Amino acid sequence: MSADFYYAIEVILNGLMAGVMYSLVALGFVLIFKASGIFNYAQGVMALFAALTLVGFQNGEIPFSHLINAIFGTDVHHFGWHMPAFFAILCALAVMILFAFLVEKYILKHLVNQEPIILFMATIGLAYFMEGFGDLMWGADIKKLDVGIPQGGNIWLEENTAFLGGDDFYGFYIDNLDIWATIFAAILVISLVIFSQYTKTGRALRAVADDHQAALSVGISLRSIWVIVWAIAGFVALVAGIMWGSKSGVQFSLSLIALKALPVLMLGGFTSIPGAIIGGLIIGVGEKLFEFLIGAPFLGGATENWFAYMLALLFLVFRPQGLFGEKIIERV
Amino acid sequence: MKLTKLAAAAVAASIAATPVLADLVFPSLDYRTGPYAANGIPFADGYADYFTLVNARDGGIGGVAAKVIACETGYNTEKGVECYESTKGEGALVYQPLSTGITYQLIPKATADGIPVHSMGYGRTSAANGKVFSNIFNYPANYWNGASHAVNHAIADSGGDISGKTIALVYHNSAYGKEPIRTLEELSKKHGFKLSLLAVDHPGQEQKSQWLQIRREKPDYVFMWGWGVMNQVAIQEAANIRYPMDKFVGIWWSGSENDVLPAGDGANGYKALAMHNVGSDFPVFDDIKKYVVDAGKAAGAGDQVGTVLYNRGMYAAMLAVEAAKTAQEIHGTADITPAMMRDGMEALVIDEAKMTALGMPNFGPTFSVSCENHGGPGLGAISQWDASAKKWSLISGFEPSDNEIINALIAEDSAAFAAENNIAEGCK
Repeated sequence: MSADFYYAIEVILNGLMAGVMYSLVALGFVLIFKASGIFNYAQGVMALFAALTLVGFQNGEIPFSHLINAIFGTDVHHFGWHMPAFFAILCALAVMILFAFLVEKYILKHLVNQEPIILFMATIGLAYFMEGFGDLMWGADIKKLDVGIPQGGNIWLEENTAFLGGDDFYGFYIDNLDIWATIFAAILVISLVIFSQYTKTGRALRAVADDHQAALSVGISLRSIWVIVWAIAGFVALVAGIMWGSKSGVQFSLSLIALKALPVLMLGGFTSIPGAIIGGLIIGVGEKLFEFLIGAPFLGGATENWFAYMLALLFLVFRPQGLFGEKIIERV
Repeated sequence: MKLTKLAAAAVAASIAATPVLADLVFPSLDYRTGPYAANGIPFADGYADYFTLVNARDGGIGGVAAKVIACETGYNTEKGVECYESTKGEGALVYQPLSTGITYQLIPKATADGIPVHSMGYGRTSAANGKVFSNIFNYPANYWNGASHAVNHAIADSGGDISGKTIALVYHNSAYGKEPIRTLEELSKKHGFKLSLLAVDHPGQEQKSQWLQIRREKPDYVFMWGWGVMNQVAIQEAANIRYPMDKFVGIWWSGSENDVLPAGDGANGYKALAMHNVGSDFPVFDDIKKYVVDAGKAAGAGDQVGTVLYNRGMYAAMLAVEAAKTAQEIHGTADITPAMMRDGMEALVIDEAKMTALGMPNFGPTFSVSCENHGGPGLGAISQWDASAKKWSLISGFEPSDNEIINALIAEDSAAFAAENNIAEGCK
């Protein structure tokens, strides 16, 4: 086999890995949409806010220090300690759970029975509020995120596959971070499936997803479910924030990762956790392979975003509910 | 009675709205929010702090206080134009749009309004031809100079001959990112190197395809025209594939602390072009500390002083102040108008004696501006990142670019613009 054949395999492998990264973001959207019918525009900003909070705890940064210094003329920035990554993740998770409580208490509670578009608009407002709030709380500088996940090409894989394609092939390149992201995504999906299938809360969550009114009639608290689902979405956002933030540093562009999740949702369906994963993998492989075979050689490159949305559009035309979404038929 | 009160209120309002004529107004189209805030904040701080220093230390410019009017653009072109429209009536002397997109929008507007624009190291490169772009200035260097500096560095690094080698350009897939392509194509013909183009979609968080291609093709040098998150991801990906960082050269907008710190030790040896010096080892910073930061007058938290982008903002402000002084000398008045400011910019001379007197010895290249050349001689340097010391250092002096090729491209592009817009080339 020629080196080009193995490079195409390498592109597919990296496409799968990239797809997992997109799925991590898409999962958060799916969870909230499934449980409440809300398209959460703030999901990308939640990933940013979670990652900012994690780095803030890790580095011992004093929240709102710029504001404190501006008002009181002080010069405080850090507590002077460095928190281990594991505890910082727990603290960040606690903040995301608190965030879920606050969102339910101050936003969702007041919007019960409103049109979906109103709830969507509320999440747009929430996104902008959180972006500004995160900026005020932790500052706008770009922060290095290091929770101990190794980065860089997997040398073992490179060295042990270099013989495959002759002198022009340098072995398969796969980023260690992507391998870990895949492992975390797998654990996350399995945990979510077990939670929703085998726990009382999970079953309640599914009941709410199926029929709000019926769930309410059997005594399931919609408000509690919303808090739980937003807290889980916050946890998923934290995982996505860690993975994407490790690649680029934690910065405000991190909120734009939501753009990579949209075609995944359109393809996989807004209500399916497996759909988010499969959709991510299809988008990841499709866009990378298209760029490798057609985009870069013939179209000048940078076709990945275009291809992802074009593929999603095709799916919308032929299967509007996505691969795994629920087909909604309303009879009049 | 009612009418009298109304008239009185109108007069009071108009008095309140009238700009204070004694102030020299310098709008700052900055961005302290949004995805690019991390880069916008240090530049805006440096720009504002230098004017504060001039007011506190020198009593203003020619005895007249400088007034900075900040307007938040969020690096958004529409907001940038709104900022221009809302501040130009305040007596704005010069605009520093800090965005290529905003600059393109302001070129016809500012020219019609008679207000000069200084797009320092960005914007429309052919604006260097002052005979066509009467109100647009882009000294001390432009993107095409930058492309030539990078190639010159690669030639020097290769022992004087780069023929047969490959240079890959990783660029932001936008008008900004595509700016150097034409110049690099011309230089590739002249020097015999192969040019490989790798576009990255906005915002640039996912670049796996581009860096897998670089790993496959193993170019001898990689140049980068990136901005924001694209820079951090590219440097991290280069480190991941173990690309030799001393062969990786970014434009000056890809060469701040923000771009290299997230990659940690992996960024060690990465190079970037520089249009001004780096670090805080200059006397002017002692003055900034004394008159601005310690006095509690800093525009920001004072924690950006000496960073690459703070220095760039400060340098841009220094060039504006020197142009204003020149305008005052030319016209014999301290209360200059935008038209006078334009004259000052066109007659600006920055020499070593002037920079030393300002506490900025060798802070930037020496140059002069003329009607024919609004871009200066296009001198630039190479800086390199030391990850262990966490600092940039200049590893070259301010060297010339290949003006033979660049001037021809500027003449061609500006002539096309003049023809499209019915502009008769000439000096005012």
